[in-house]
Amino acid sequence: MTEQQSASALSRRDFIARSAAVAGGLGLGFHVPFDAAAQSAAASTPEVNAWVVIRPDETVVIRIARSEMGQGTLTGLAQPVAEELECDWSKVTTEYPTPGQSLARNRVWGNFSTGGSRGVRESQEYMRQGGAAARTMLVQAAANAWGVPASECRVEKGVISHPASGRSTSYGKVAEAASKIEPPKEVQLKDPKDWTIAGKSVPRLDTAEKLTGKQVYGMDLRLPGMLNAAIKDCPVFGGKVASYDAKAVEGMPGVKAVVRVGESAVAVVADTWWRAKTALDALPVTWDEGPNAKVSSETIMAMLKEGLEAKEAFVGNRNGDAAAAIAGAAKRVEAVYGYPFQNHATMEVMNATAVWTSDRCEVWTPTQNGEAALAAASEAAGLPALRCDVHKIHLGGGFGRRGAVHDWVRQVVAIAKEMPGTPIKLIWSREEDMVHGKYHPITQCKLVGGLDDRGNLVGVHMRISGQSILAGLLPQNLQNGRDPVTFQGLNPGGAEAAIGYTIPNVLIDHAMRNPHVPPGFWRGVNTNPNAIYLESFMDELAHAAGQDPLEFRRKLMANHPKHLGVLNAVAERAGWGKPMPAGHGRGIAQIMGFGSYTAAVAEVSVDDAGRLKIHRIVAATDPGHAVNPQQIEAQVEGSFVYGLSAALYGECTVADGRIVEQNFDSYPVMRLDEMPKVETIVMPSGGFWGGVGEPTIAVAAPAVLNAIFAATGKRVRQIPVKNADLRRA
Amino acid sequence: MPRLNVNGTVRDIEVEPDTPLLWVIREQIGLTGTKYGCGIAQCGACTVHIDGAAVRSCALPVSAVAEEQKIVTIEGLSPDGSHPVQKAWLALDVPQCGFCQPGMIMAASALLAQNPKPTEEQIRSEITNICRCGTYNRVLAGVKLAAEGGEAGRG
Ligand code: FES
Ligand code: FES
Repeated sequence: MTEQQSASALSRRDFIARSAAVAGGLGLGFHVPFDAAAQSAAASTPEVNAWVVIRPDETVVIRIARSEMGQGTLTGLAQPVAEELECDWSKVTTEYPTPGQSLARNRVWGNFSTGGSRGVRESQEYMRQGGAAARTMLVQAAANAWGVPASECRVEKGVISHPASGRSTSYGKVAEAASKIEPPKEVQLKDPKDWTIAGKSVPRLDTAEKLTGKQVYGMDLRLPGMLNAAIKDCPVFGGKVASYDAKAVEGMPGVKAVVRVGESAVAVVADTWWRAKTALDALPVTWDEGPNAKVSSETIMAMLKEGLEAKEAFVGNRNGDAAAAIAGAAKRVEAVYGYPFQNHATMEVMNATAVWTSDRCEVWTPTQNGEAALAAASEAAGLPALRCDVHKIHLGGGFGRRGAVHDWVRQVVAIAKEMPGTPIKLIWSREEDMVHGKYHPITQCKLVGGLDDRGNLVGVHMRISGQSILAGLLPQNLQNGRDPVTFQGLNPGGAEAAIGYTIPNVLIDHAMRNPHVPPGFWRGVNTNPNAIYLESFMDELAHAAGQDPLEFRRKLMANHPKHLGVLNAVAERAGWGKPMPAGHGRGIAQIMGFGSYTAAVAEVSVDDAGRLKIHRIVAATDPGHAVNPQQIEAQVEGSFVYGLSAALYGECTVADGRIVEQNFDSYPVMRLDEMPKVETIVMPSGGFWGGVGEPTIAVAAPAVLNAIFAATGKRVRQIPVKNADLRRA
Repeated sequence: MPRLNVNGTVRDIEVEPDTPLLWVIREQIGLTGTKYGCGIAQCGACTVHIDGAAVRSCALPVSAVAEEQKIVTIEGLSPDGSHPVQKAWLALDVPQCGFCQPGMIMAASALLAQNPKPTEEQIRSEITNICRCGTYNRVLAGVKLAAEGGEAGRG
């Protein structure tokens, strides 16, 4: 048996030590989180509770189940725990429990899913309670040791004191005793106005390692005896591998195996990834392209256009009689908009490492949802979940790609299964990543509105035609065939994504048309197209009514004070209505999504050659509570880059059943030279917890589109803007 | 056998001559701070210094690098993260996911080595790396801060 084959026979501790030694010898010195980081801490120090471990050196380890993908979740979730714990923030560090441990402990860490901008808002309460319970136990431990009532003790920054007797001790000293104390049944949480750590702009806990190359991403993982795999899945979705000629590449340098992966993919395993990829590129493969081989962007567009006029549609929002109101209106306005497929294009491509033996399977991967990754691994491994585990590695970007489906995890486990005991690291090429995404759904939208003779809006019909994310990913979540996610930001009410206008007669419906290209949750999800459709059309209606777009909106927003609040804030900060030079224009937009209210004003110019420049963005967000305002600003700025990249450039086209764009040369994204100044207004109004990572992305595009109209008189109705001629008519 | 000078150490390299320098650095030398993002010189995640200049190592065959040329990776930029660019990055909390940041930092430090006081326009046109998390405005501020020699402000 080779060293690789016996890897799984090593004890875990050896494995850590050996991995660290291998890595350390190369100056990397990272800690391989094998069998849970929790073990390394808890092995020497018992946990106070599931959320908190305090080491004798006073280090406070806060356990975080959600994933860090750049959005600041580790820091943002540690803050409320530390707040209730009353510990010294400078001593705080974090670690991920594994989903396997959570399963074994009755899901003590709750949901692992990190998407829908839910990280902080969903788990803050039970995590705060965890912090408060730990504090109570630590104080009780000190009180017991002193033989005094806990109520006479005080605690500040991890130091417990008993003023009456002048004694004091620290968390690190009583942590072990605290771990044996019965957890309190009830805890009192602090009033947010008394917060000193949560709600403050603290620096991120994970910055330093990202500046020196020390931070380990999934792609960087090295295990003893590990081999590398490169993979090619049938470029036509729904196709299969017909045949391949492994002999042609078996003699190439470093090649260990050519493996068929499921029905549709083939992988080469080699000593290094570059050799695996080189051999894969040389491997002759014939595909059975299946029933979708003739599908193109044109055929998909025809399918969506048909849906715009179809009789049957799922209703998302109905009030009054839109058809009658529009028919009787003094003026009718009509427009058709469209949103294309887009790839997430995370900076780090999909990857995972797995070791499989007949009784256990371990996976290391960047994932937004450890539990879903565990389920995928268990299924692919043919082993119960309790005999598998997933070790989360920092994500080089997520944006929704690494959450709902774990196609790459299934692949790596399938490959590892062919080579029992050998750790296999699978890395997708950028090309594979581009053509096997889970794409932003494609839709078209027809809007018809009616104005009375005084320019008042009397009715709107908004027909969305196109792809449903749930139908593609989670059909069990459809409601009698209807996909409620389609109507994000357009719902008649609710705490998540309600429309911000009161329109006397309205009908918003969805003709579901599902092309074969697999859809996914894509940062911002359906608020992206919906904000473009609704907010551009509001602009069109305002102009048709001869009214200022801001004033036109305000008249419809009296019953929506929080929507109006962010709208007013950006208008005021941007100097709405102030004159601009020729060729310049301002646009405004607002939407509610992921429980938060957002609005933006964009200032753009278009030169005589039709070149667009975005000068300034003013964005406001009301997320209810703000855990870390400076991280929110970073998220808002970042979401504008993502949203503007999508609006200006993002487009995956289809030819012969496959995605055409294969890399950043044909799928351009925004770079520094185009980055506008972004001014962020964070205005938490309290009383609710909205998301932060996604909501603002949606207002970027419509604000810019409306500004382009203001600057040029040209209305861009199909994303991306790069395909439009912006020269003034 | 080809030899490479990486971060001041000369090493023997056993690899096919057309292997991109990036993969030699990551897989033969074992320094994984230098990232793969696109493989076609588009994104800059793989940026290293060769004799002080920023180079996208994914599109450079290792055979094109001579032993005398000095390659510096993110791990070799400073012994302890103390390069002015790294300090400015820390002060401003620039990274989000961080995956593009080694390349960003290598591009920024090469720019400052050649042009210690770049204008904003120069920074914008010279730093062409892709960041999907959208840290561009903090990158811009970070380069300016590093150029001023300041790194105060964190915390
Ligand atoms: S990996 Fe080299 S430029 Fe993208
Ligand atoms: S910080 Fe994530 S790609 Fe730049």
